[in-house]
Amino acid sequence: MKIDVEHVARLARLGLSPEEKKLFEQQLSAILEYADILKELDTEGVPPTSHAIPMKNVLREDQVVPCQNADEIIANAPEEEARMFRVPKIME
Amino acid sequence: MHGQTAHELHTLLATRKISSVELTEAALARIDKVENRVQAYVTVTKEEAFRQARSADERIKKNEALNPLTGIPIAIKDNMCTRGVLTTCSSKILANYLPPYDATVVSRIKEAGAVIIGKTNMDEFAMGSSTENSGMHPTHNPWDLKTVPGGSSGGSAAAVAADEAILATGSDTGGSIRQPASFCGVVGFKPTYGRVSRYGLVAFASSLDQIGPLTKDVTDTALLMNVIAGHDPKDSTSVDLPVPDYRNALVDNVKNMKVGIIKELMSKGMDKEVKASVQSALKKLEGLGANISEVPMPSFEYAVATYYLIAPAEASSNLARYDAVKYGRRDKDAKDLLSMYYNTRREGFGSEVKRRIMLGTYALSAGYYDAYYLKALKVRTLIKRDLEKAFKKCDVLVSPTAPTTAFRIGEKTADPLSMYLSDIATIPVNLAGLPAISIPCGSSRGLPVGLQIIGQAFDEETVLRAAFTYEQNTHWHKQKPPL
Repeated sequence: MKIDVEHVARLARLGLSPEEKKLFEQQLSAILEYADILKELDTEGVPPTSHAIPMKNVLREDQVVPCQNADEIIANAPEEEARMFRVPKIME
Repeated sequence: MHGQTAHELHTLLATRKISSVELTEAALARIDKVENRVQAYVTVTKEEAFRQARSADERIKKNEALNPLTGIPIAIKDNMCTRGVLTTCSSKILANYLPPYDATVVSRIKEAGAVIIGKTNMDEFAMGSSTENSGMHPTHNPWDLKTVPGGSSGGSAAAVAADEAILATGSDTGGSIRQPASFCGVVGFKPTYGRVSRYGLVAFASSLDQIGPLTKDVTDTALLMNVIAGHDPKDSTSVDLPVPDYRNALVDNVKNMKVGIIKELMSKGMDKEVKASVQSALKKLEGLGANISEVPMPSFEYAVATYYLIAPAEASSNLARYDAVKYGRRDKDAKDLLSMYYNTRREGFGSEVKRRIMLGTYALSAGYYDAYYLKALKVRTLIKRDLEKAFKKCDVLVSPTAPTTAFRIGEKTADPLSMYLSDIATIPVNLAGLPAISIPCGSSRGLPVGLQIIGQAFDEETVLRAAFTYEQNTHWHKQKPPL
């Protein structure tokens, strides 16, 4: 099986070195080949399990509470300006 | 002092034979002595620990609201947020991250008055089975420094085994508490999914992740469970069920307990001596009055493949948040937004994390979603059904925790698939969301062997009772590594 490593990396917004591209192409093929054993199983009519324990939506009213740790949050910003997160230009 | 269990030390603290400050000094002195060889920690929080120890001593002096863990030094896996204390996930992308809040388990541990002495090393973002994927440094197994401590909670397991902490927290997505517990000869417990809040646990695979204790014996596991278990409004997947006092499960009695040994996990691929240790553990339980039978789990053969599609798929989505905007590393030379993402994530993530993001993205991508991800979710149902069927006849199920004892550092790093297969016995439990413990049950060429005991959802107590009974009648948990 051949995997389009560059396409997948682009979807994941993941930069890869040329060595990594080569290595992952080979390793991911091996892993997916192994995963093909799942095809042996007949899963016709079997429902998928996304959570092992029954889950339900948990809803509540919105409440306004004061933010106690805004300074600590801002302090983690890779780049900050006037208490805002600075990012590279998004639109021309 | 540092070699004792929390419940032993609690007696000494409560009767004021020792103080928490003295105990914390002893634990930090032990870290000074062995840490250069074991390297269990990413961060040791000496000053913070002494501050908490002094306040614990105050509490003890006034005899107010004492918890059995008040004044006891505990290590926290570095994927659980500690306010104002580095939480790196052993990743370069979070190397400078100072959380603005505490994880719920951390705030509960603080409220109990335990003393946090540091943050432990792990496979980056909890992805791995050896702690070799740490972006900081590898951790060494205290039993043989040339071998791995297991992973991903390898730092926590090694710290407890080396007496660098009295007890520790870990997280378990596919075996990350139990397998390192097995490799390091300590007790490791993964509670039922939903039993312990994941709020403030850095997410890896959200439908599988669960926090639990790593301790020197089963009693300490019950004590830590009493602190961390319970519903949390901040985690919508935490379950609103009453939490029992887990100490009541510490009963030395397995008479007529129905114990199923998982056939598929006692056959091919299992190390001979590991198998022999588990077989003699079963004899022991039988001698204590348990009824042993063999149970088949035909779907287990497919569990590793199922897991390595589901977990990376969830991870690829969870790790999209490392976008260099609000926290974490950023490539500051990037000229535009896209190259900021690409470069930051290329430099910030290690090889295994990238491999899993790639695998997960592929399994979720158009054209492959049905064949891989959806198929895996359906097989997950079959695995769950096999386990449910077994529990119609059994109270607990047992198996080796891992196919082998600790392997050598570097032995499996070149072949990810062989590393993945070392999780064969633990993965099905996460897929089904069940509670399971690993306890020491033997020794092979100087390395510990772990016995896994699996229970039904939210029946942690039967698991603890079986483990406690075995422990009371054996000596394996008392063995110490030759450090």
